[in-house]
Amino acid sequence: MGNKEQKTNPPSPPFTKGGSGGITNSKLKTPNSELKIATRDAYGEALLELGKKRNDVVVLDADLSCSTKTIKFAKLFPERFFNMGVAEQDMIGTASGLSLTGKLPFASTFAVFETGRAWDQIRQTICYSNLNVKLVATHSGITVGEDGASHQALEDVALMRVLANMTVIVPADGNETKQVVHAIADYYGPVYVRLGRSKVPSVMPDDYQFQRGKAYTFHTGKDVNIVAMGIMVSIALDAAKILKQDGIDAGVINMSSVKPLDHEQLLNAAKACGLIITAEEHSIIGGLGSAVSEFLSEKHPVQIIRVGIRDVFGCSGKPEELLKLYGLTADNIVKTIKDALNR
Amino acid sequence: MTQTPISTEELILFLKKQAKTVRIEILKMLTIAGSGHTGGSLSAADIVTALYFYKMRHNPKDPHWRERDRFILSKGHAAPLLYTVLALSGYFDMSLLTTLRKIGSPLQGHPSSTLLLGVEVSTGSLGQGLSISNGIAIGLKMDGLSSRVYCLLGDGEIQEGQVWEAAMSAAHYRLDNLCAIIDNNGLQIDGHCHEVMAIEPIREKWKAFGWHVIEINGHDMEAILSALHAAEKVQGKPSLILAHTVKGKGVSIFEGKVEYHGIAPTQEELEKALKELGDGE
Ligand SMILES: Cc1ncc(C[n+]2csc(CCOP(=O)(O)OP(=O)(O)O)c2C)c(N)n1
Ligand SMILES: [Mg+2]
Repeated sequence: MGNKEQKTNPPSPPFTKGGSGGITNSKLKTPNSELKIATRDAYGEALLELGKKRNDVVVLDADLSCSTKTIKFAKLFPERFFNMGVAEQDMIGTASGLSLTGKLPFASTFAVFETGRAWDQIRQTICYSNLNVKLVATHSGITVGEDGASHQALEDVALMRVLANMTVIVPADGNETKQVVHAIADYYGPVYVRLGRSKVPSVMPDDYQFQRGKAYTFHTGKDVNIVAMGIMVSIALDAAKILKQDGIDAGVINMSSVKPLDHEQLLNAAKACGLIITAEEHSIIGGLGSAVSEFLSEKHPVQIIRVGIRDVFGCSGKPEELLKLYGLTADNIVKTIKDALNR
Repeated sequence: MTQTPISTEELILFLKKQAKTVRIEILKMLTIAGSGHTGGSLSAADIVTALYFYKMRHNPKDPHWRERDRFILSKGHAAPLLYTVLALSGYFDMSLLTTLRKIGSPLQGHPSSTLLLGVEVSTGSLGQGLSISNGIAIGLKMDGLSSRVYCLLGDGEIQEGQVWEAAMSAAHYRLDNLCAIIDNNGLQIDGHCHEVMAIEPIREKWKAFGWHVIEINGHDMEAILSALHAAEKVQGKPSLILAHTVKGKGVSIFEGKVEYHGIAPTQEELEKALKELGDGE
């Protein structure tokens, strides 16, 4: 710190002030919206359930088990838990070896270390050999908060999405996270799951069933459709509510299956209107916005505006302050849409 | 394990002869391919021959046999060596060796486990094999299997940080079913290891990391066998066989030559080499 001439951070894009407070906003009236749970907590619970169900499940962590919540599994199944110390590359390799003996390894640490520090190991060993290793990373995005940019993964989806054989899942809430954990256990192949540190409202209906490659459309809008992942789903739903009051019909899609992308629901959304907004707590380069743009520009070109982190690093602050600072708010989505629609 | 000859002398003779065959096949396939890694395939030929044709329990008819011993070629560029011992063991037809590095061949420039049965895991990016071996060793122990894991590393390769992470965890998890072997040929791509990035003292480093270290001449078949036996007896810690080797071993024009790390023999060089190795004898 102390470098007053620092140019890139924090950013000063034309964000609107105030607005619904993202992850702290629980005014939302979607199913179970009062229930708030961090996806990492849901992971800890789901892993425990899965461990009881299947004894081939093994869990690895790199000295962050208290934060990633794998500690719960570690306590109940110490003989199936391997702390690899602060050595992410070795953790990925060891998980790979375990999968080669028929075990079902879940390897967890912070998203920035899991995908960045050990990217070559994930590419060369897991993906190229198509191993059945599940990479479940927590502390993704800027809602990591006070720890700052070094700990805020804004590139992880890009890094994982580009790998052949890799599946990329970004659950929107605790309920979906639990379903994802069980679903990927039944699927053979490398999977990356992106989870968060902060509590998020429940947005998915009680009877929702996650399926790899399937998105969930809350509503298809005639004026605009917002395609979101992770915590941005709840924020997109907030935005849609605000827009409705102003007579704009905005749809919302939870694209938790970032790879494989749900082409069918995306096409439906694009055909229903001429404007798609993507919303992600991730760089607009290489993430959900890119995935959607790549697909629609080939199959059904419509205008696409990417709401996300605009090629800058994050910074320290409270999660809700950071969401505002970087424009990851319902108000900024609303403004973006109104500007685009000239309304 | 192939039919074991009765006496130790016969066994040694058999393995020496087999190692010669392995070297000949490596040179032939590399010459046809026109590219590939000659030096590091030849330097480890005796060790890998001892593993595939004597020490390891494996079954070419059942490559996924649960109780097999595992071989992880961490120095994946020695693929021609692995392909040769797999073919000679009967995992696939010898004729496939002529397709090395050719379009459509399962014999990729570096081993691919999704394309070729017998390859346990894809390698080629150095420094990753020991972690993988650790994971396998842990998994085998969890399943109560007595299978062993052998991992072949290059001496240049141990400059990779991940190797030392793995060295630490193998000792931490007391993986006595694991035996790492360093092909200590003293050379890497840009020159002598001690000039590029000093790695000595290797023995002391691994000892300090909690390993049982056995130092041998990696071309002395008797020494290789006794080291492999000794490693099997070690309890509570992983073993390292520090094998002193000569890069390009067996062909004088390649021996100790840094240039022959990554180039294939010419037809002329092949003929000289075959004469020297006594092909057809
Ligand atoms: C991570 C990584 N970096 C660089 C290379 C390129 N490379 C291939 S072989 C080699 C030298 C290896 O030397 P050594 O381990 O001593 O192998 P050997 O002498 O047994 O052939 C290098 C740098 C690689 N394959 N992987
Ligand atoms: Mg070497």
